[in-house]
Amino acid sequence: MRLELHKVHISGLKFGAKTQVEKGVLCVNKDEAAALVAEDKRFASVNFDIACPGDKTRIIPVKDAVEPRVKLDGKGYFPGFCAKMGKVGEGKTLVLDGAAVITCGPIVAFQEGFIDMSGPAAPYTPFSATFNLVLNVEPVKDLEKHQYETALREAGLKLGVYLAKSCAANGTEADEVQVFEKGDTFEEAKKYPDLPKVAYVCMNITQGLLHDTYLYGADLRPSLPTLLHPNEVLDGAMVSGNCVSACDKNTTWHHVHNPIVQALYSRHGKDINFLGVIPTQESTVLDGKIRAAQMNLSIAQQLGADGVIVSEEGYGNPDTDLCLNAKYFEQAGIKAVLVSDESAGTDGASQSLADATPELTGFISTGNVNEMIEVPAMDKVIGHPEAIALLSGGAEESLRPDGSMYVELQSIIASTAEIGFNKLGCEWI
Amino acid sequence: MTFKVVHYINQFYAGIGGEEKADWKPEVREGVVGPGMQLAKLLGEDAKIVATVICGDGYYGEHTDEARAACLEMIGKYKPDLFIAGPAFNAGRYGFACGDISASVGAKFGIHTVTAMYPENPGVELYHKKTYIVVTPDSARGMGKALPAMAALALKLVKGEKMGPARLEGYISRGMRKSFFNEKSGAERAAEMLLAKLKGEPFRTEYEMPVFNKIPPAPAVKDLKHATIALVSSGGVVPVGNPDHIRVSSAESYGTYDISKLDAMTPETFQSVHGGYDRTFVNENPNVVVPLDVMREFEKQGVFGKLYPYFNTTTGTGTAVAFAEKFGREIGAKLKKDGVDAVIFTST
Repeated sequence: MRLELHKVHISGLKFGAKTQVEKGVLCVNKDEAAALVAEDKRFASVNFDIACPGDKTRIIPVKDAVEPRVKLDGKGYFPGFCAKMGKVGEGKTLVLDGAAVITCGPIVAFQEGFIDMSGPAAPYTPFSATFNLVLNVEPVKDLEKHQYETALREAGLKLGVYLAKSCAANGTEADEVQVFEKGDTFEEAKKYPDLPKVAYVCMNITQGLLHDTYLYGADLRPSLPTLLHPNEVLDGAMVSGNCVSACDKNTTWHHVHNPIVQALYSRHGKDINFLGVIPTQESTVLDGKIRAAQMNLSIAQQLGADGVIVSEEGYGNPDTDLCLNAKYFEQAGIKAVLVSDESAGTDGASQSLADATPELTGFISTGNVNEMIEVPAMDKVIGHPEAIALLSGGAEESLRPDGSMYVELQSIIASTAEIGFNKLGCEWI
Repeated sequence: MTFKVVHYINQFYAGIGGEEKADWKPEVREGVVGPGMQLAKLLGEDAKIVATVICGDGYYGEHTDEARAACLEMIGKYKPDLFIAGPAFNAGRYGFACGDISASVGAKFGIHTVTAMYPENPGVELYHKKTYIVVTPDSARGMGKALPAMAALALKLVKGEKMGPARLEGYISRGMRKSFFNEKSGAERAAEMLLAKLKGEPFRTEYEMPVFNKIPPAPAVKDLKHATIALVSSGGVVPVGNPDHIRVSSAESYGTYDISKLDAMTPETFQSVHGGYDRTFVNENPNVVVPLDVMREFEKQGVFGKLYPYFNTTTGTGTAVAFAEKFGREIGAKLKKDGVDAVIFTST
């Protein structure tokens, strides 16, 4: 399977007459974009803002981030949402690399977060380094929460695809082509008979009630673990629909960038034979957790895996899924490395996980979600700054009259992303 | 500015004598004594050892309260910016004294304290959370290594420079986790760790598994018809307006509320502030998380004796284990005192 990412390097963002890229600057026809979003009658108003790296801007509350992408054969993107149902991971995809659509509006639930484009919180989120088109909407009065989440999620995806599609139609050309190519597991095993076989298990919050992840448009919660070619993950098969804590939810942007997929891919044929990705569940009940962990093992065993990397999403009860995965893999003789953040308390002195198992010998830390950070007031706030009182990691007293905040890292979008995007990690002090 | 330092050593390093002089009472001398000479050189221009407090190891161990009080008084007079004790290497009683006086100076005067020991010195286990302890070899042969490390760490602290992780800075962890930016992303580190694991090469896990306290469940209630039952929940249900400001996540408190006159929870009087789950349905009907309605019905039918008149509540999301344990102990003790036989604990 061969995937070509045709990347256009974006180095600026502005509103303009035509949605296209001019010398690296993404121009957006605001009216056209707004009309597209306003097709959904669940929104009372639609506004856009621009937030660029280095700006003294805060965006709050942020729900999801989407990279503008489209298939160059005209098939849209994100099958089940903005493309007809069909397979992804092959062919050519146009990517507005360095741009992002950020969805924002009155709070949906409690676990959206914030982005600072500069200042001390900026290094904790990848979206302080992207040129962000911020979609700031107001839902119609009394819109039911779940409907609102759906509307906002779909609007972000639609907008991302619109941007890339318009650029493609207006003649934008790629600056770089990145190729991901790998055959099926039998072909690759024949090519590299001596390399250890490695699978990646991607745990997803699948708990319903605003805690959902979608695979090819299907809700993963009532599904079972399955097997994907890594290209499918890098080409829009997975979409975030969850309002889990801001710090460690995998945004839709993160799924298409999945750094563990990329780290294993870059070693494929050299150090390892990368078998594929197993998207799996985090159930709310113990039987569900055991079922998912056992099926992850079963798939890995069928493929003859020697090792796995497992990434968690969220914290708390999913720590049990993490531990079960470690236990079953190691007991079956499959070496496992597990990636997770820690909830070690604001002082860092508490136990980091809600569960533990002696088989979990290879742990990669992505930081302490409870760690406090002081963030100054920004010149511009997009959205609703008072929402911090209700967000996980915030509190009633977080927002001070001068606009500065004292909050936990967990209120920053993707600050402790457990797919290992950031460089953050805990150490003993 | 030159920082003022007070140094603490035992009778042996002060040249007073060995075991036969271990009952030496605390004394203070101006300037440096024994290993303080070399330490002063290493501290350089930035910090000056103004005095050395000396105490016999036996005396400190056997008359700890008196020894500590006497030493603190001597140290306090100099108004130091920094306190250094030892190094104690693997000497157990000296390690205890260095740890205890360092922890006490830190607590009393609010200044940075540094001591140094071999990791197996019993003083480490007792005091590593209360002072910086530099790692040393097990005997005085390691003096040449210990003193530069102590001086470097002490200067860093007193100058307010950024302190790195224990394993890189050479001190014993104070039992706390802190986030740092690594050179490589988590994904790259995971791939490298897995390769090492697959090859059977050494690797360093970034978090060693903790051992949890296992708490055996209480025996089953024998006589339900006469039992007093309490409701406790981590579902974040509180009186509307959250009068006690229980945090939406990472709670550091819990609330206790009177339900003796209520037959059910109503959305007008109770709400959930929990930051970890979708509250839409609980806010329509709080009984789905705190089942007061059903409990009252069962109470009236005589299924059980009596419902305890208060319910205890917090938000269980991102809550530090240390706080969860504290809440559990306090609530448990109170319920036991009030004769509660069983608890229905609802989580979300």
